Amino acid sequence: MNAINKHDKLNVVIVGHVDHGKSSLIGRLLYDTDSLPAGKKEELEGICKKRGVPFEWSFLLDAFQAERDQAVTIDTTQINFSTVMRDYVIIDAPGHREFLKNMISGAAQADAAILVVDASEGVQEQTKRHAYMLHLLGMKQIAVVVNKMDAVKYDPKVFEKTSQDITHYLQTIGLQASSIVPISAREGEMLVDRGSNLDWYRGKTLTEILDSFDVSNMLSTQDLRFPIQDVYRFDEKRVLVGRVETGILRKGDTLFFSPTNEQAVVTSIESWPDDDEIVEVHAGKTAAITLSEPIFIERGHMGSHAEALPMLSNVFKSNIFWFSEKPLKVGNTYRVRCGTMQTAVSVQLIDHVVDTQDLKKTEGASEVAKNAVAEITLRARDVLPIDPYTDNARLGRVVLYDGHNVAGGGHINMEGYPDQRKSSNPKSENIYKVNHSVTPEMRASMLGHYGGVFWFTGLSGSGKSTLAVAVEQAIFALNMNAYVLDGDNVRHGLNSDLGFSPKDRAENIRRIGEVAALQANSGVIILSAFISPYREDRQKARIAAPHCFHEIYIKANLETCEARDPKGLYKKARVGEIKEFTGIDSPYEAPENPDLVVDTEVNDIETCVEQIVNYIEANVKAEIIEEEIKNKKKDLSLVRA
Amino acid sequence: MPFNKHLDELEAQSIYIIREAYAKVNPLAMLWSIGKDSTAMLWLVRKAFLGRVPFPLVLLDTGMEMEEVYAFRDRIVKDWNLEVINYPCPPEADMDQTLPPATRAAMRKTEGLKGLLSEHDFKGLFCGIRRDEQGLRAKERVFSPRSLDGSWDFKDQPAEFWDQYTTNVPDDCHLRIHPILQWTELDIWQYTQRESIPLCDLYFAKDGQRYRSLGEKNITMPVESNASTINEIIEELKTTDISERAGRTMDKETEDSFEKLRSQGYM
Repeated sequence: MNAINKHDKLNVVIVGHVDHGKSSLIGRLLYDTDSLPAGKKEELEGICKKRGVPFEWSFLLDAFQAERDQAVTIDTTQINFSTVMRDYVIIDAPGHREFLKNMISGAAQADAAILVVDASEGVQEQTKRHAYMLHLLGMKQIAVVVNKMDAVKYDPKVFEKTSQDITHYLQTIGLQASSIVPISAREGEMLVDRGSNLDWYRGKTLTEILDSFDVSNMLSTQDLRFPIQDVYRFDEKRVLVGRVETGILRKGDTLFFSPTNEQAVVTSIESWPDDDEIVEVHAGKTAAITLSEPIFIERGHMGSHAEALPMLSNVFKSNIFWFSEKPLKVGNTYRVRCGTMQTAVSVQLIDHVVDTQDLKKTEGASEVAKNAVAEITLRARDVLPIDPYTDNARLGRVVLYDGHNVAGGGHINMEGYPDQRKSSNPKSENIYKVNHSVTPEMRASMLGHYGGVFWFTGLSGSGKSTLAVAVEQAIFALNMNAYVLDGDNVRHGLNSDLGFSPKDRAENIRRIGEVAALQANSGVIILSAFISPYREDRQKARIAAPHCFHEIYIKANLETCEARDPKGLYKKARVGEIKEFTGIDSPYEAPENPDLVVDTEVNDIETCVEQIVNYIEANVKAEIIEEEIKNKKKDLSLVRA
Repeated sequence: MPFNKHLDELEAQSIYIIREAYAKVNPLAMLWSIGKDSTAMLWLVRKAFLGRVPFPLVLLDTGMEMEEVYAFRDRIVKDWNLEVINYPCPPEADMDQTLPPATRAAMRKTEGLKGLLSEHDFKGLFCGIRRDEQGLRAKERVFSPRSLDGSWDFKDQPAEFWDQYTTNVPDDCHLRIHPILQWTELDIWQYTQRESIPLCDLYFAKDGQRYRSLGEKNITMPVESNASTINEIIEELKTTDISERAGRTMDKETEDSFEKLRSQGYM
């Protein structure tokens, strides 16, 4: 066995179904490990006698009168105890269904978990729910105790059955119990002492299992992630502070910051009282550094090494738990925090809701109710530095806020999403960006709106051009400057040198993307109406305007489009007069994550126009965006000199 | 400096919390009772801001602290160049007379705090409580939202996980921020020793007695002890089973004295 440092404290959360004996287990564990203050048990026995109720081990925990009256553990409690091997902090999480958020608050701090199952009742609803939460919280060290063995006459068959049930459930959610141990908290069997009634069990006692758990983590061996927590100005010095979440930060390192793509060298690691010997900071420790260059950095930016950068994306999936009274709904906006970063996100899609009992996934839900678990797709306005949970357990997770209130949280899943970091470098080295002295905010305050690229994509005949022209008119009537880019005004001039080969099509879309981005930067609302059949090409167009690109899927199936055939193109394609026609002999890759879906099969033109206009207004209106910027500024105003 | 991984981790966590509060909550103040816990917290603040204390300290003054405590305060304020708001608490005669005497005396601080909050517009107050002190404090969050009168609903607290804290509260509420919630009494002593943090002499035994927890002179009693150095105190703590607040009479006048105090805004 590894040598264990007595200073390593292990945090253990105790979860399980209501009344399966969690509090009794803790009470007994404290007593059996001599961790109670002198006379505590006698004091409580006295109180019980006075009140005329039988003594229960769980009373040791019930510090409150309120708790004793309700006989339900109200909130997460922390209790210290020690074995010969080391010190422990027990986090008692309540089993009452209403108190999921308290259980999460407790379990999120734990290094290991004890899942309590009543021998006579077996695996119950909350047994599964709590196990599922442990899975979502990333818990790896789990001991299962089958409690109240005294109530089933220490029958090994009962233990065997319960062990099989729980093992099966844990396996299906990708968890594995480190050990399963039969105990009786009431009689003190197999917690610390083996007792005399469970002779048939040959495994470790509960405390032996706990002592075998590990507190070391390998965070320092991972890629460096240093999220900026704040920027201080002290005596002409600009100091960046934060906590090294993973990896090691060293004096002399070149740090690469996301999402700004700026870099600078760490010139000093500051400390008080002064300690010049500090030249590196390991994961888990806080750092205060100065840099070689006065680059723009604010709270939420991510420092890393250039060879191991986080992804950049404005869209990601998350496996979430939700405990707000108000259900999470598609289209709603929430505040999301990840490390020190905070931004507004909208719910683009609820991919599916998971039933934690039978693990069935329901697709197409429009909301996630309180205490439910789901996979959702979230979209932010700007690209964010993102690490998927599988790469970085510290940063690959988000907490969601609805107004002032914490509402849920979950892991980040980037499967199927490309890195949006601009990888293509300009061919000429002698290109310098002009620094505009007119900011987007200044333009917006003059025009009353921001620019943006609204990229319509869909089959020929789906209604892109018709809708773009109608939307242009409607937007213009609202005193906003909109402009339609379509084949006619591009193919004849800018792209007159291009044909319809796959290569030329890609170049066609690339140029349009760049032109749209430039125009959007100048404050125009661009409505582009091209089939743009390839995902990769549309992705390039998004990268050209990462802050204001919106993909709008004009949805109609091939049959409908072919029946409409406004320009007679399908007919020509069918008889072979047009080659490589999208949908006929050339593929159309529908968007996987459009910002908006407009269904022209189901809805009439007016409805579709209204839907698009509403969407555009919400995304370019100066006052709506300013509100968001103001919230961001609020954070900045605290970075005081 | 002696290596102690556990203290390093606690220190890092507390500094992170203090900087989070400074980045997200404004204006801030710190309650400083001049005792060992809030003085260790003050030390952590100076570490977080590289020797500076960028917000005022508040002393809720009942006029009943022991002389040695006042002398220690004056010395530290001068040596560390601190900005202190010495806020006088209302007299005991103004308290609810149905409360037991020591609880009534403790209520003066609660009322003083309410007065402070109504006069100053603090959005966040650092407070050096620890989970291991008392069962009720064990239930606290690191960032704990309160209504203006300080009341606390322990049955419906916001969730707190993954180091993301509740930092936005409605206009008529404030936050209690608890940077050393996770520390134990022993941790505080070991840290005080490692960092050579100055402390009031009353903690060290004289004539077989010392104070384990400092409160007002009329409601705080010394405990039997011969521990006259930090080393001896640490040794004593490793073997004692007398609770830390044993000398604080207000905790045990009735079964739920402390709960009543806290639900009305006590620290």
